[in-house]
Amino acid sequence: MIPLNHYLLLSAFLFSCGVLGVAVRRNAIVVFMSIELMLNAVNLTLIAFSSFLGDATGQMLVFFVMVVAAAEAAVGLAIIIALFRNKQTVNVDELNILKW
Amino acid sequence: MDFIPLSDLIGGAAILAVGLFSLAALTITAFFPKARTAVFVTALLGAAAGIVFAGYSFPDNQTAFSDMLLVGGFANFYSILFLVIAVLTMVLSAPYMEKEGYRHSEFYVLVLFAAIGMMMMGASGDLITMFLGLEVMSVTFYVMAGLFRAKLTSNESSLKYFLLGAFATGFLLYGIALIYGTTGTTNLIRIAAQFPQAFDQPLHVIGWGLLLIGLAFKVGAFPFHMWVPDVYEGAPTSVTAFMSTGGKAAAFSAFILVFSIPMAMHDPRMTTVLAVLAAGSMIVGNWFGLSQTNLKRMLAYSSIAHAGYMLIGIASASPVGQQGITFYLVSYALTNLGAFGVVMMLETEKGEGVTYEEYAGLGRRKPVLAALLSMFMFSLTGIPPFAGFVGKYYLFASAVQSGLTWLAVLGVITSLISTYYYLRVVVYMYFRDGSAEEPSLPASSLAAVALSAAGILVLGIMPSLIFDVIVSMF
Repeated sequence: MIPLNHYLLLSAFLFSCGVLGVAVRRNAIVVFMSIELMLNAVNLTLIAFSSFLGDATGQMLVFFVMVVAAAEAAVGLAIIIALFRNKQTVNVDELNILKW
Repeated sequence: MDFIPLSDLIGGAAILAVGLFSLAALTITAFFPKARTAVFVTALLGAAAGIVFAGYSFPDNQTAFSDMLLVGGFANFYSILFLVIAVLTMVLSAPYMEKEGYRHSEFYVLVLFAAIGMMMMGASGDLITMFLGLEVMSVTFYVMAGLFRAKLTSNESSLKYFLLGAFATGFLLYGIALIYGTTGTTNLIRIAAQFPQAFDQPLHVIGWGLLLIGLAFKVGAFPFHMWVPDVYEGAPTSVTAFMSTGGKAAAFSAFILVFSIPMAMHDPRMTTVLAVLAAGSMIVGNWFGLSQTNLKRMLAYSSIAHAGYMLIGIASASPVGQQGITFYLVSYALTNLGAFGVVMMLETEKGEGVTYEEYAGLGRRKPVLAALLSMFMFSLTGIPPFAGFVGKYYLFASAVQSGLTWLAVLGVITSLISTYYYLRVVVYMYFRDGSAEEPSLPASSLAAVALSAAGILVLGIMPSLIFDVIVSMF
């Protein structure tokens, strides 16, 4: 059996990739994909813990996370489209009317 | 056939009632897009029903849905606070939205949706409920910030809020996952039961740290405050008013439930971290507030500073601190709703009328409005006899009692600094000449603002009116 630490390290790695993606990429859609990667890394942690603890709470939470991620995707893409209609760009560096 | 015990339904009655009314309002919006008044009235009725149910079950202190939801006392007090904020927001924004050319009624439905999320956060007995409430509220806020979708500032504000908010959600969730993994439960009471031993595991400490990042982002505390000014400035003013009062109150109620009540933070490391966050927020918020010339942006920096004052109460980790935060949230909600209400009345459809220059001479042109706005500024500064003073007093007192005197001293010093930019608005209104176009003042907004002003005056003179109730909850 694969020990718990392997799962935790893999999900920590994926989470870090997501954080890095948010920090360095400038395309709003890629940033959003990186955020989804972070959420899925957390899902992996939850499932690993849930399986090793023999407790269903973690798996239940994963379903909630997936629902929330879907809702966020719907809203987020709508926001990006609304912005694109007005500005013809999805580059977050060009969002500079309001000072960062 | 007893899937859900009746006691659970009664416990969650306020949230369920608001939920039903908001769905009814949404249905009306879908089939009769022009029936704005009907949606408005349905939404108000929903909030009123929620207040009645929450008031009814206020005395019983129990839990519902297998300890997932808290009922009575704390949870209901916060539910009522959120719903009052929602009602005031709806009344204040009806004329504002009309003026800005936004003629859709979803706004009222969204206010109720966000209120449901807030009520869940304030009633969370479990990290899962807290997470879901937070997300219901946040996703609604992302939509609301972008409501004026033809305006670039509104688009920009909502995209920034969305990306950074979803980013913070990732940290919050990772924190929940690690705490779950090291304790085997997401229930706050059962986590607290394992308090001293669990902290020996590094993963558990990391989990709390990540959870703290997520929550600190939602309250807009240093160093996770970068989104606040941009989002507050770009979003429609009615939405800013709602986010800065309801959103902040909800995030702090979750903060108290997660960090303060389970005593998890009696770990000295946690106290230090929270004290640093509080100090940083007070300094950064007040320092950058000094150079602002736009009232909306100034109030955004002020909200960072006020998050700092309230974090003092969390850092002191005592019932006095929790009571102080609760009182402060009530007074802050009334003050900020009133201040933003005045901004809404004076803002023009082009989004102008929000800089200090445009407030010059207001004392002569609109004496009543200027007097009300001055009251709100005095209350934000913390000058007696307004509620802001009493709230600050309780918070600073809690810091001294918990041996964090330096934090109280810093709070007083930064409050002194903040006097400059709050009173600058008053100076512009009374001692500078200026002429701007004369907007007509809707009676309903004026009444709501006057009500907030009366509220902070009454709470400032007789704080025991509400403080006795707050003390009975902890």
